[in-house]
Amino acid sequence: MPRIVVDVMPKPEILDPQGKAIVGALPRLGFDAFSGVRQGKRFELTVDGEVTEEILAQARTAAETLLSNPVIEDVVNVEVVAEA
Amino acid sequence: MSSNEIPLIGDYSTPDTALSGARIGVVSFPGTLDDRDAARAVRLAGAEPVALWHADDSLGDVDAVVIPGGFSYGDYLRAGAIARFAPMMSRIVDAANSDARLPVLGICNGFQILTEAHLLPGSMIKNDHLKFICRDQVLRVENNSTTWTNQYGIGQEITVVLKNQDGQYVADEKTLDALEAEGQVALRYVGWNPNGSRRDIAGITNAAGNVVGLMPHPEHAVEAGYGPTTDAGTHTGTDGLGFFASVLSTLVGGTK
Repeated sequence: MPRIVVDVMPKPEILDPQGKAIVGALPRLGFDAFSGVRQGKRFELTVDGEVTEEILAQARTAAETLLSNPVIEDVVNVEVVAEA
Repeated sequence: MSSNEIPLIGDYSTPDTALSGARIGVVSFPGTLDDRDAARAVRLAGAEPVALWHADDSLGDVDAVVIPGGFSYGDYLRAGAIARFAPMMSRIVDAANSDARLPVLGICNGFQILTEAHLLPGSMIKNDHLKFICRDQVLRVENNSTTWTNQYGIGQEITVVLKNQDGQYVADEKTLDALEAEGQVALRYVGWNPNGSRRDIAGITNAAGNVVGLMPHPEHAVEAGYGPTTDAGTHTGTDGLGFFASVLSTLVGGTK
């Protein structure tokens, strides 16, 4: 079954405490090449059947209303992923 | 809620019938923790607490609403994000924005729900130190003209419990400037900012003053023996009672 992937990231101007904790842990494990980490969310919406334009529009609306909070987050990607 | 449902704690000499006749709703969502404490605070202040269920579609005849703390829907997705779409929240948003200006107080998770519902600006993210924190917290009353803070003095410092993991108040600079300019910062952290909140903001009000949200818990500081520790003794603090006395004062037409 196809899935619609929605990626949500904290807005650039919002401090990301989780990313900050991760970037602090990386060098302790020897991963010293990374100067920043920002942690976002990936949602996978499973669709029974074909992904129509209407269903994709529904996913975009859901992404903007429920899956993200526009005050602190941006929806950075909404795409259809065919079954592997 | 009848009085015999209230757990037997502390001084149980509270009158069975509300002194003021005011009815204050307390909303429960799946995962709400502090609804009983909020209801008891309402009763101690002299009003009748009314249990409201998130899935119900009517506010009944309540005169005000408290959205208590906890972890509605496990804080999954974001704190308050799912609770915001409950039928009861639609009624609360409509009533708060109506001409009647229903008084609404959001405490902790309730504050998060109010921001998700866009009744209050900004949002809460994880504490800057990433830890859950529980402590007695000093706050300064920055606006004492709201429905929920009018029994405090301007600049008065009060001590109530703070307990949360997602308590860092954030908003863009323009919104923060507007909040400051319009006097919508209702309460600020004093002494130490416990979560990285912008401009030490602990609580805010809407422009009309009927909707107030704050991260600390005034309902846990209403009864001697169970409140924060003060100079007067261990767990003697009752500074939180002022929030409930304030709404009662507004509802029954009292003056300061």
